[in-house]
Amino acid sequence: MLAYIVRRSLYAIPILIGINLVTFALFFLVNTPDDMARMQLGVKRVTPEAIEKWKAQRGYDRPLLWNAAATATNKFTDTIFFEKSVRLFALDFGRAEDNRDIAREIRTRMWPSLALALPVFLVGLAVNISFALGMAYFRASVIDLWGVVVCVILMSISTLFYIIGGQYLISKLWRLVPISGYAGGIDAVRFLILPVIIGVVGALGAGARLYRTLFLEEMAKDYVRTARAKGLAERVVLFRHVLKNALIPILTGVVVVIPSLFLGSLITESFFGIPGLGSYTIDAIQAQDFAVVRAMVFIGSVLYIVGLVLTDLSYTLVDPRVRFD
Amino acid sequence: MRRVLPFAAGLVLAACGDMWNDPYPAADAGKNILYTAFIERPKHLDPVQSYTEDEARFTQQIYEPPLQYHYLKLPYQLVPLTATQLPEPELLDGGRFTRYEIRIRPGIRYQPHPAFIEANRSLSPQTIAGLDTPYALPLGTRELTADDYVYQIKRLAHPRLHSPIFGLMAQYIVGLDAYAESLKRADTQPEAWLDLRRFPLEGVERVDAHRFRVTLKGRYPQFRYWLAMPFFAPVPWEAEQFYQQRGMAEKNFTLDWWPVGTGPFMLVENNPNARMVLERNPQFRGEAYPTEGSAEDRAAGLLADAGRTMPFVDRVVFSREKESIPYWNKFLQGYYDSSLIPSDTFDQAVRVSVGGEVGLTPEMQEKGIRLSTSVDITIIYLGFNWLDATLGGASPRARKLRQAISIAVDWEEYISIFLNGRGRVATDPLAPGIFGQKAGRAGINPVTHVWTDGGAQRRPIVEARRLLAEAGYPEGRDRQTGAPLVLVLDTVGRGPGDKPRFDWFRRQFAKLDIQLEIRDTDWNRFQEKIRKGSQQLYILGWNADYPDPENFLFLLNGQQSRMAHQGENSSNYENPEYDALFERMKNMPNSPARQAIIDRMVDIVRRDAPWLWGFHPVTYDLSQSWLRNDKPNNMARNNLKYLRLDVARRAALRREWNRPVLWPLLGIILLLAAGALPAFALYRRRERMAARTA
Repeated sequence: MLAYIVRRSLYAIPILIGINLVTFALFFLVNTPDDMARMQLGVKRVTPEAIEKWKAQRGYDRPLLWNAAATATNKFTDTIFFEKSVRLFALDFGRAEDNRDIAREIRTRMWPSLALALPVFLVGLAVNISFALGMAYFRASVIDLWGVVVCVILMSISTLFYIIGGQYLISKLWRLVPISGYAGGIDAVRFLILPVIIGVVGALGAGARLYRTLFLEEMAKDYVRTARAKGLAERVVLFRHVLKNALIPILTGVVVVIPSLFLGSLITESFFGIPGLGSYTIDAIQAQDFAVVRAMVFIGSVLYIVGLVLTDLSYTLVDPRVRFD
Repeated sequence: MRRVLPFAAGLVLAACGDMWNDPYPAADAGKNILYTAFIERPKHLDPVQSYTEDEARFTQQIYEPPLQYHYLKLPYQLVPLTATQLPEPELLDGGRFTRYEIRIRPGIRYQPHPAFIEANRSLSPQTIAGLDTPYALPLGTRELTADDYVYQIKRLAHPRLHSPIFGLMAQYIVGLDAYAESLKRADTQPEAWLDLRRFPLEGVERVDAHRFRVTLKGRYPQFRYWLAMPFFAPVPWEAEQFYQQRGMAEKNFTLDWWPVGTGPFMLVENNPNARMVLERNPQFRGEAYPTEGSAEDRAAGLLADAGRTMPFVDRVVFSREKESIPYWNKFLQGYYDSSLIPSDTFDQAVRVSVGGEVGLTPEMQEKGIRLSTSVDITIIYLGFNWLDATLGGASPRARKLRQAISIAVDWEEYISIFLNGRGRVATDPLAPGIFGQKAGRAGINPVTHVWTDGGAQRRPIVEARRLLAEAGYPEGRDRQTGAPLVLVLDTVGRGPGDKPRFDWFRRQFAKLDIQLEIRDTDWNRFQEKIRKGSQQLYILGWNADYPDPENFLFLLNGQQSRMAHQGENSSNYENPEYDALFERMKNMPNSPARQAIIDRMVDIVRRDAPWLWGFHPVTYDLSQSWLRNDKPNNMARNNLKYLRLDVARRAALRREWNRPVLWPLLGIILLLAAGALPAFALYRRRERMAARTA
């Protein structure tokens, strides 16, 4: 297993370099260092000298990818790309354009993101599986039919509608929870109830339908017929056999997102005023803060790769037939 | 687990109090805390770098420049803040130089801060690493001296900082340019503190502990306005030395994020992602509420606190609201003490009568919410590029073309459709309330309007068509080639919602059979076009730094041409007579002679029409019935010290407005149960069937 993990980690390096290069190219195709300087310096009384000074202070006065004026390896290393990218691999994210320490911001903001994403993930998973199991149990009945109809309706509604509708109904009309905001400690629960409910309900339609399909597929297999032939109750067949075997495809979709939970949700965090990494990324994109965008894309890529490795590892746990070699 | 869950639930419910949707800690209930929100996080809180309104909301409560604007008086009037009196210019060397001597009041003290304890300025890295806030260290204070003002003026030239006004001030403050060069040479160790006290600045002189002088090249009467801005607020050298210690920046402990001032409030929590908290500065000397104001101010109760010592609130909590809907709903629930009106909810808050009178809707009135409006000292305009071959230049042909378009674009309609009436049509570059700007009949732009029936009426479109024909484009076609006239408008779009606005502009030009092509672009590309002078028509705005006509009229000065001088004249307009008049006008005191020059300048630009004058936005502010002394003032950003709260009334109304509605919860439970019953019945039946089959 260790060899497998090491091998996968080595594979990750060229992938991360590639992602970095693509992020860099995309960002600087749209924004020149001069644009970034102007964005940060404001719109009034910005002189060319101020722009040059800003760029020099932050190392944006170098060429982007190739420094023809430099000698030997400096042609490559004395560039914005090298200077800004290499440090990422040592997890040195540097400072945002507003001079705040990015690593510190990430450490601070990942907790609110996690406080929202983890309950949404766990509760959502439990609800999706339960709902799907219920539909599978009552398959081909009116209950199953209405379950699917409800799922399709839930899938058809945009997340934004859930958020605005939820805030209007639960917070404004019924006054049961705060509309937005965040607090640390146990007080966070009050602020998280609504976004968690919305997160769970918003994802229920797609999740439950997928799992229902997986369960039904599993229920059509021979071992299920055998279990029934043995006289096991349908409930026992479902929970002891079908659920366990359907876990493999479920894990494919689930484990891969676990590391990304730290990254938060872009829209939900913005609407609910949760100071997590999702809103941090959105702010950075709006402010053309390349340092933060680059750091967040890098972390997202690393976490995604970690998620894929975890998925592979989890296969071996739920299906003994899967081997690393 | 069985014990933990009820305990946690109990804690949460206890934290909620009797208002379940209260976003604030129950422990803060009934306290003298002002609650407000911010949308954009501030980038800089260092007074030498901070320039935007988003930042001024914080910095101007903390930092105290020598002067401030009178809170109630209009037109805007400068009054002393830490200064004993308004400094008068003293002409030197036959007017080649001007000297301002500023005397500050003795006895003013800084907020408590660790920088004032000597031991805190040489902390170990371990101590710094263990800090969550600088205020965890022992705190000290000291008296404000003239040296701190001198130090801050020197910081304008600091090689590691970017002051947006350095370029401007270097033109005036004697020796500032050379000072910047000498600092650049001396700044050899980027990690070390650069002690500016070691480097004298020729034009800034400390006279004694409470007096300093600033010497300017030539005359610059607008300098007094700058003395009311945080760029000229005092910064103690100790703060710079404290924050320069190794390890401070990694903790985000910098002067840019943890200001040190003498003002009524100090920043005690700085989390621009969620909330920022100002707390009453215990060292604040106290300041008397203004005793003078207009009859309207008195009638509105704005003089009820005259002479009382400010500030009135103990804390100010700014919560980050990135979206307008939650912000607005929390205001309606009483959780914010004041609010702007988002465009989406304008009709919910404001009702405009047939006669154009603005009032609150019954729902707002029932809550006791008050509305106040103010015209911003801002102008939004549509500019022509003076260098453009078709539209630009001083030729009669181009001028008539610009005048025709000026008549055709109906800004009154624009304000009505897109701004819900929140704007005032501009007739020249000057904003209302600025010296030189005229209202009523004398203030209309005769090129675009006529005075009839006691009001300004836009000239009929036939006049625009006539001008267009005289310009060589009868019915929107080139008289010589017959080609249709196609113009290009560059603008910065905000998304698909802009389509109606763009269509409207096209329709305005279509009145003259001119085809308008709109190039919707991002801010960077837009700026690039302006810099290169490749735009034909463009939309921009200007928010004044200070209430002086110079700060508007310079936008059309040839010396400010964007192409030639990288200035603020984005139209690259040039008129020698206008430029000469500007040079005479800019340093004059407000007087009939200055008014006469301004009138002439305004006449010139109205006739030349380098801009469609656009509009001045009008801000609508809403405040709760428990908030007192709230008066919009576009210059006095240090307004929080004037505000007073009726805390008991707020608590009572919040309780009344936010009683939880519980029956829907019961309904949802019943609904779920009703849905589960048939499932349960079917489940039982299937289980029995299975048993029978077996």
